[in-house]
Amino acid sequence: MARNIKLRIWRGDSTEGGLKDVVVEANEGEVVLDVIHRVQATQMGDLAVRWNCKAGKCGSCSMEINGKPRLACMTQVASFGEEETITVTPLRAFPIIKDLVTDVSFNYKKAMEVPAYEHPANLAPGEARMEQIDVERSQEFRKCIECFLCQDVCHVVRDHEENKKSFAGPRFFIRIAELDMHPLDTLKNRKKTAQEQHGLGMCNITKCCTEVCPEHIKITDNAIIPMKERVADIKYDPIRWLGTKIRKREGL
Amino acid sequence: MTLERHKYDVLVIGAGGAGLRAAVEARESGLRVAIICKSLFGKAHTVMAEGGAAASMGNVNDKDSWMVHFRDTMRGGKFLNHYRMAELHAKESPDRIWELETWGALFDRTKEGKISQRNFGGHEYPRLAHVGDRTGLELIRTMQQKIVQLQQKDGRETGDMESGIKVFAELTITDILKENGKVSGAYGYWRESGEEVLFEAPAVVIATGGVGKTFKITSNSWEGTGDGHALALKAGANLVDMEFLQFHPTGMVWPPSVRGILVTESVRGEGGVLTNNLGERFMFKYIPDVFKDKYADNEAEADRWYEDQDNNRRPPELLPRDEVARAINSEVKAGRGTEHGGVFLDVSKRLPAEVIKKRLPSMWHQFYELAGVDITKEPMEVGPTCHYVMGGVEVEPDTAAAVGVPGLFAAGEVAGGMHGSNRLGGNSLSDLLVFGRRAGMGAIEYLKKNGTNPVSEAAIKAAAAKIQAPFDRQGGENSYSLHAELQEVTHNLVGIIRTGAELKEAIAKIADIRKRSANVVVTGGRKFNPGFHLAFDLDNMLLVAESTAKSADAREESRGGHTRDDFPGMDSKWRQVNHISSFDGEKVNVRAQALPTMPKELFELFDVHELEKYMTPEEIAKGGSN
Repeated sequence: MARNIKLRIWRGDSTEGGLKDVVVEANEGEVVLDVIHRVQATQMGDLAVRWNCKAGKCGSCSMEINGKPRLACMTQVASFGEEETITVTPLRAFPIIKDLVTDVSFNYKKAMEVPAYEHPANLAPGEARMEQIDVERSQEFRKCIECFLCQDVCHVVRDHEENKKSFAGPRFFIRIAELDMHPLDTLKNRKKTAQEQHGLGMCNITKCCTEVCPEHIKITDNAIIPMKERVADIKYDPIRWLGTKIRKREGL
Repeated sequence: MTLERHKYDVLVIGAGGAGLRAAVEARESGLRVAIICKSLFGKAHTVMAEGGAAASMGNVNDKDSWMVHFRDTMRGGKFLNHYRMAELHAKESPDRIWELETWGALFDRTKEGKISQRNFGGHEYPRLAHVGDRTGLELIRTMQQKIVQLQQKDGRETGDMESGIKVFAELTITDILKENGKVSGAYGYWRESGEEVLFEAPAVVIATGGVGKTFKITSNSWEGTGDGHALALKAGANLVDMEFLQFHPTGMVWPPSVRGILVTESVRGEGGVLTNNLGERFMFKYIPDVFKDKYADNEAEADRWYEDQDNNRRPPELLPRDEVARAINSEVKAGRGTEHGGVFLDVSKRLPAEVIKKRLPSMWHQFYELAGVDITKEPMEVGPTCHYVMGGVEVEPDTAAAVGVPGLFAAGEVAGGMHGSNRLGGNSLSDLLVFGRRAGMGAIEYLKKNGTNPVSEAAIKAAAAKIQAPFDRQGGENSYSLHAELQEVTHNLVGIIRTGAELKEAIAKIADIRKRSANVVVTGGRKFNPGFHLAFDLDNMLLVAESTAKSADAREESRGGHTRDDFPGMDSKWRQVNHISSFDGEKVNVRAQALPTMPKELFELFDVHELEKYMTPEEIAKGGSN
């Protein structure tokens, strides 16, 4: 049962742009990305939008739908009222390239700053033995599809360009937590560097990132808070503080 | 405006599993490497691979070995595989999986703490290393992060993290360049700005994946447009056996907007059963003779297999994909399908809800969010979807070197031969690792004997003119409508069941679309313009479709991913034939070429009575080559 819906699409580039109203056909069961594609094929051949898998697995079609960071491929048209106008705009935290496409290179730079996994030197390929329960903690974070919605929604950078230099963002806090909880990783001090170099301390746990995560990763509860607690433990517990001074304890 | 130019030792086109593995290999040997991806880094179609990576580690059943894996792979491919590729793949895949673990991958575990392995169609033992149902994502992330590790090392040594290996994201390659008969580099444009880029590199690895977007119903994303297949053809390489396309038996069929999206075979591996609208578990009717001794012919035995695999035969839901896809197609055609033209796949009766959510998390999520179906309580509706192309660039198995073009290599889905007429599930992720690495090694060896090969100004001019052309034309059609027309032709005439007459009609229609595509016009500017991007993708898809239709017309038998209604049987004579596609600048030409003969030591791994089902009496008498 096709019907016409009202769509408002941001069009433009880094120099100028604005919202454009279109009316487009929508069929039963369609998602916002479907109707954007229909606009592209029938009305605006050069409308820029990123997408790949169309099944919520690649994290490419991130945009803001009625102001909320969402994946367009996982947002049902039917979830809006029949008369409601659906407004689609590019991610606000990143520079606009064109239309719904933004420059997300910030995230790839941050990815390069997180120290890589270090495998135990004496553990040959095939020799690793790990319990399922131990790998599951890191596996939760490895579900991340890098849609960067958490990075977009995080108020530390959303309207504060100046914070970007010193703040890695939720996606990379879970990357650090994943390595920190990895049963085999040998690099020490991951929590400490999260605090000192990646801006963990700037997060004030509003949980916006967890709310927008399409993979339902408990970013705040399972990654950020445990790391913050451990950092605080070592830093502010007087006995442990003394311990770090006397025995040169590294590795929180 | 000056042209952006880069110089590398190795250029890898494609940032999926095979491309990244090739890049790691080349960089670790000290070469400077560029990686090109058409979308953002880490979004390649590999992330969609769900079930796992097949490797005979023997962690769950210690009877497994490379020889059993080799046999399964050849059987699955109906013995049309290049034996040497299947052999290398079976022998090397365990090492490739363990290697990923040393790079930080976290696979699911057995009780003993080893990498867990799951059952899959056509594999005799539990063999697929997996991470829930998001194994492909784990592979991509692990290699993406391995590349970051290499970049960090380069950063420490040179002060520039991108000095040794650099990712060029959202860039399309339109031409592979050659000078003096050898590869000299590649030419393309930034998708973001539309500006052109020249890469000078004496070795180029093509790892561009598949061709699914040539078809209407597909599990592939927009990227699967056969770019590498077409680039290789145009550069003078051959494609082998392009008639073989895998229609994955279980794609979503409802709602229409998700039609074709994959439902992992793990659903069946975990016990999911297929039924028609009469409630009949129909797969028992479709066990072909060649598989009768391996698959249960009754429900009781099939059910017992999940508990006791040594004393029972496997459920027929786990037959190779081509068999299951044809069976579903037949049920639907006979009027026993679901309301939306599929069949039912049900795992809810076999496993408790919490186990389903744990073992098949992304399937649960996908059905719940996109179709409003809770798979822990109700069945899914599924039907065949174009998933994988077995055909691809003809390569030397050991080096992944493209036959006929010095300096060109191909690995992963874009390469042909490994899977024969039908790929087993789980053999793709291991294929990318094994042959991605081998392509990297091939490039390293090649560069020991071949230095830089400067690109000529004439080659640059020709490549640039091609990119500008669609903007300068007037009055032609747009690329979206031509693409839709091509998809109709392939869907209706080159699909899961084919006939000679329809294939001939398809060849004529594809030629007509190709003629009209030469006049495609693009509206708007060069900056991130999807209509412009599709104009190039379309050209690639047309070449692929032509190659597939012509190869399919030539093969007068049914085998694996090629079913002819007018030639329903498998014919041992045709098993000795590969179809080689080449491009003469105007059209694709297809010729027959003899399939390489298995050497004696591989031949002898099989029961001769099994081989009699596939081979001619003369081949059996010969008993393999020496």
